[in-house]
Amino acid sequence: MDTLSAAWFLLIGMDADLLAIVSLSLKVSGFAVLYALILGAPVGAALAIWSFPGRQVLIVVFNSLMALPPVVVGLSVYLLLSRSGPLGDLGILFTPKAMIVAQTVLIFPIIVALTREAVKPVFREYRGLLVSLNASPFLVLRTVLWDARFGVVTALLAGFGRAVAEVGAVLIVGGNINGLTRVMTTTIALETSKGNLELAMALGVVLIVLALVMNALIYSISRIGLRFQEVRE
Amino acid sequence: MKILLALLFMASAAGAQQRSMVLASTTSTQNSGLLDVILPQFEASTGIHVFVVAVGTGQALRIAQNGDADAILVHHRASEDQFVADGFGIDRLDIMFNDFVIIGPKSDPAGISEALSAGQAFANISSSQSRFVSRGDNSGTHLRELEIWREAGLSPEYDGYLEVGSGMGTALNLASGLGAYILADRGTWLSFQNRGDLALLFEGGAEMINPYGYVRVDPARFAHIKSAEAEALGLWLTSSAGQAAIAGFRIMGVQLFCASGLAPPDQQNDQQGTCAAGALQR
Repeated sequence: MDTLSAAWFLLIGMDADLLAIVSLSLKVSGFAVLYALILGAPVGAALAIWSFPGRQVLIVVFNSLMALPPVVVGLSVYLLLSRSGPLGDLGILFTPKAMIVAQTVLIFPIIVALTREAVKPVFREYRGLLVSLNASPFLVLRTVLWDARFGVVTALLAGFGRAVAEVGAVLIVGGNINGLTRVMTTTIALETSKGNLELAMALGVVLIVLALVMNALIYSISRIGLRFQEVRE
Repeated sequence: MKILLALLFMASAAGAQQRSMVLASTTSTQNSGLLDVILPQFEASTGIHVFVVAVGTGQALRIAQNGDADAILVHHRASEDQFVADGFGIDRLDIMFNDFVIIGPKSDPAGISEALSAGQAFANISSSQSRFVSRGDNSGTHLRELEIWREAGLSPEYDGYLEVGSGMGTALNLASGLGAYILADRGTWLSFQNRGDLALLFEGGAEMINPYGYVRVDPARFAHIKSAEAEALGLWLTSSAGQAAIAGFRIMGVQLFCASGLAPPDQQNDQQGTCAAGALQR
């Protein structure tokens, strides 16, 4: 009960610090899911459409990469972006950029795998038509991705959920710096380690409420889209 | 791809063109709230903003070795000296100290509150097979714990000895849940909120002193090191203003860190209580 009332007060009293933490969480995970979508959706669709040597291997690899532990991603991206690493000259370690990179890597396989699942049945339906039209690969991709868009939105939500909830990767590459790279999950971990269990739990409730709002929003948008589509058909 | 990169960089172009540096420090300085209080004072007098990455001493040293921090504020003298000897750091400075304390269940089944030294307390804990939570993370506290076992001629390999591999606060949470003994720094213990059945059972003695050192990363090793800023922080921390800020930091009226410049640690070893109202003698 204490936790819930504390969460309620955090939510209504949303002070500047908490607001900054919440908005950084949304910004980092939002950009990560956007980049993962731009990069991953075409890959996922391509895996559903074309057969080429090594395709089965790639599918299995991407499916397994969905289980990548965030700390491993964090560590790999740390080694990459460290001043002693290959991309050290960018100087973006311990900044939100590094966190976006890490989360993009983390959810890329989810977008690829779920997009492939969404595109598969759509392509089966259109295959004959697209082949007979001798459509260009770009047109094929565009058509099937557009038609599978509601499935792709599910991929997007799954990716966003994983990104906004993970702590291992952002902690390592972001460093949980106060006012710069501190997000919801790293704050929760920090408050837990301080023994402020009620505050930590209250922040957890805030995170869940935000996820709920995000999901409800996207769900209703896609419902409206679906209805619009049905009307047109 | 170019557009993507541009977007990526726009996404988080944090406004500040302010002077800044990265300090790798330990969870004990961060969780206690010390850095949140003293660093704004440093920023007010120099205009330099310090980004703190709080990790264990082992990881802090590693981050600095990779050139990912401009300076470190840690608490394991031997590792600091090694860091300088290996050519990564320069100008090691004594900043402050507090002490370690042994925390355990109020009932004190191993009877360590009667012990005469930390070594004897550890001996009582292991001979009574009581649970002991070890940080197990190469932090300054973990390294000191291992030194105490070694100096007491003991091996901590018994059934109740649990290496948890996490930070001070997380380890305290575990000890609280398990009713185990644990070596903690006084600062984190004082600010720790989830004590449950735990109590401070043993304190005092030279082996419990916990000195913090500041080392800046050698700018000759990495071109990007914010050398002037790191030097300024070292100067400020050892200045009378910095030392007063450290000594003035209180949690619930209790001083957590003794400023090294105000009373040299050697002197402290001999006569505890020099850091008067403070951490070592309460």
